[in-house]
Amino acid sequence: MLASLSSENVAPAPVMRFSAEQCCLSIAQFYLAYAGKTALHDLTLDLPRHHVTAFIGPSGCGKSTLLRAINRLHDLNESVTHSGHIQLEGQDIHAPDMNVTELRRRVGMVFQTPNPFPMSIYENVAFGLRLQQRLPKRKRDDIIEWALTSAALWDEVKDQLHRSAWQLSGGQQQRLVIARTLAIKPDVLLLDEPASALDPISTLKIEELIRNLKSQLTLVLVTHNMQQAARVSDYTAFLQQGELVEYGPTDQVFTNPRLQRTENYITGRIT
Amino acid sequence: MHWQRAGFSNVGFSKIRLSKTGSSGLWPWLCAACVALSLLMLVSLLTLLAIRGLGHFWPASLEEVTLNSGDIVIGQPVRETALPNGAGTERLYFTGNQEVTGNNWQWIAIDEISQQSEPADLIRVARTPWGDFIGRLVAVESGELRLTQHAAWAFIHEALTLPVSQRPPGILLLATADGRTLRQPLASVTHFQSPNAMSWGQKTIAWGQRIWQFLSEGPRAANTGGGVWPAIFGTVLMVILMSVIVTPFGVLAAIYLNEIAHQNRLTRLVRISVRNLAGVPSIVYGVFGLGVFVYGIGGSIDSWFFSDKLPSPTFGTGGLLWASLTLALLTLPVVIVATEEGLARIPDAQREGAVALGATRLEMLTRVVLPMATPAMLTGVILAVARAAGEVAPLMLVGVAKLAPQMPVDGEFPYLHLERKFMHLGYHLFDTAFHGEDVQAAIPLVFATALLLVLIVLLLNLTAIFLRHYLRRQRGNEC
Repeated sequence: MLASLSSENVAPAPVMRFSAEQCCLSIAQFYLAYAGKTALHDLTLDLPRHHVTAFIGPSGCGKSTLLRAINRLHDLNESVTHSGHIQLEGQDIHAPDMNVTELRRRVGMVFQTPNPFPMSIYENVAFGLRLQQRLPKRKRDDIIEWALTSAALWDEVKDQLHRSAWQLSGGQQQRLVIARTLAIKPDVLLLDEPASALDPISTLKIEELIRNLKSQLTLVLVTHNMQQAARVSDYTAFLQQGELVEYGPTDQVFTNPRLQRTENYITGRIT
Repeated sequence: MHWQRAGFSNVGFSKIRLSKTGSSGLWPWLCAACVALSLLMLVSLLTLLAIRGLGHFWPASLEEVTLNSGDIVIGQPVRETALPNGAGTERLYFTGNQEVTGNNWQWIAIDEISQQSEPADLIRVARTPWGDFIGRLVAVESGELRLTQHAAWAFIHEALTLPVSQRPPGILLLATADGRTLRQPLASVTHFQSPNAMSWGQKTIAWGQRIWQFLSEGPRAANTGGGVWPAIFGTVLMVILMSVIVTPFGVLAAIYLNEIAHQNRLTRLVRISVRNLAGVPSIVYGVFGLGVFVYGIGGSIDSWFFSDKLPSPTFGTGGLLWASLTLALLTLPVVIVATEEGLARIPDAQREGAVALGATRLEMLTRVVLPMATPAMLTGVILAVARAAGEVAPLMLVGVAKLAPQMPVDGEFPYLHLERKFMHLGYHLFDTAFHGEDVQAAIPLVFATALLLVLIVLLLNLTAIFLRHYLRRQRGNEC
């Protein structure tokens, strides 16, 4: 693989820029290392508001690492070091005056395996709300209904809100986790391979949900599934070995990639 | 591994089982035999304790035996032993009347018995000094009144239903087997029965009453008679205090080790040390408790706050608090290890999920991690309770008493007296078995106390197990 990379002698991908009004997340010269081992190398890309951006690339290319950097989940791990900037709506997320919990409220995250908490469906969705302020029960109920409706789960669970969340199916659990995140009204939703542990029908439901949510917030999707990236996303970034190889509108990346490396990966000719 | 099947709890994952027949040979049978053997030992232990312990309370028949020499012996037959050199067998009788004969027991060779009967008028009287009397009732004197026969019986049975202070004054005239008469004040009689005249139903009721008395009364006659209530109370109170001390302590330590500390060589060293602490002999903890808690801390407390009472110690001697602390220390590793294992089993996805919703580290711990680890913590507490309730050796150094004059809880401020010595079933068992004056009489009590100790440990464990089950059910986690 290394040989094929070095044999291809092309200029680095041009930086795709969006205007300040269009841009939600702006990543600039971002480096990240786990215990001194570089995981992300000089990443610069802008993510447009109210669109779905997909990160694709082989395992270990750093796409999940980048996603987790956006809501500073790496703070939990002391061996991670980073440099460069990530700006959310023009605000540096690593700035000293940035409140991490506030950032995480604004940037929600959904993980690969559904991780509902061991509580009732209702309490799961109310979890983030309860962390913030005391809401009157009526208001909280409204938000929970809205969140579950937005996550296309309300009709399935409205009669059993006080059942344990762990009794739901995997696909329902993943939509519950999305509802839980939506309930605190984030600006950005990060999805880390949200459908990889699900069956095809649940996967389709999640994909449809992602497309519908675009009108409300900015979504970033990490996926191994090329078809899923093509079906769901508006923009696609291809990462390889911690570097951004190609970034552009999904149609263009999939039908007419600029680089041979991208085409090889997309068409499955990677060795 | 419950989280891995989180979403699939209704899908049964059946375990692959080795066929007992088939080609796998003998070893499944060997394993099964080991299980069967352990079960057998457990069942025989409980059966032995139950039969020997509970049988003691059954109102056994009394026999009147006439010997070849013309002597008459009245007593309860206990057991028979073969004499050496095939000289027949001899039978042990419990004859009571210690103040008359100087001995509660008598061995009689079967060959010497010329006549043997079970007259219905034989009685057995339990008294606070001197233990049991066995013989016949002659009359009852109460003031001017002298009652005999049925009137006497009725008078006694009615008087015994009253507490000692309200009983009418009375004296029982009792006749021993060899014809001597005793004057027994009614006030010191605790029990009066004529087992040979009782029906099965009456015997069963009397049996239940005696078991209840055993459970609810204080010990008599240097722990060889009476009940064990102070010891039950002391054991349970000590175990509860110990749990209250060890649970938060152990859980916080486990949280620090697993959630907060940097995972490096030092953490590993601490973890290994904690695990090894569980293997330290318990008497060593007793010595530590004596040196540090009793003499060190207790002595300092005395010199600061109770100097007016010195040289008689208040906290500077063994007591409930020091015993609970020593046992808390003893069981701390168990709680830490169990909690840590529970915490380690919680998938990071749960922690990240909470953090990604804007929870602080503390909120993540208290709202997601700790509730999920509660069953593991309870498992730790169950193991700790099981160990602490049966521990005797360290207690002998730090506060258990052969006979505690005062209960550790009473109506006197501050109600819970942590500095008092207390009684403990395990120590009571030891004391009854080896330190009593009358070992023969103590043996059945030893079995009864042992059975009770097992039952109490079982009860404490069951409480914790049901609590754990309830918590799991509440969260819909069936594994």
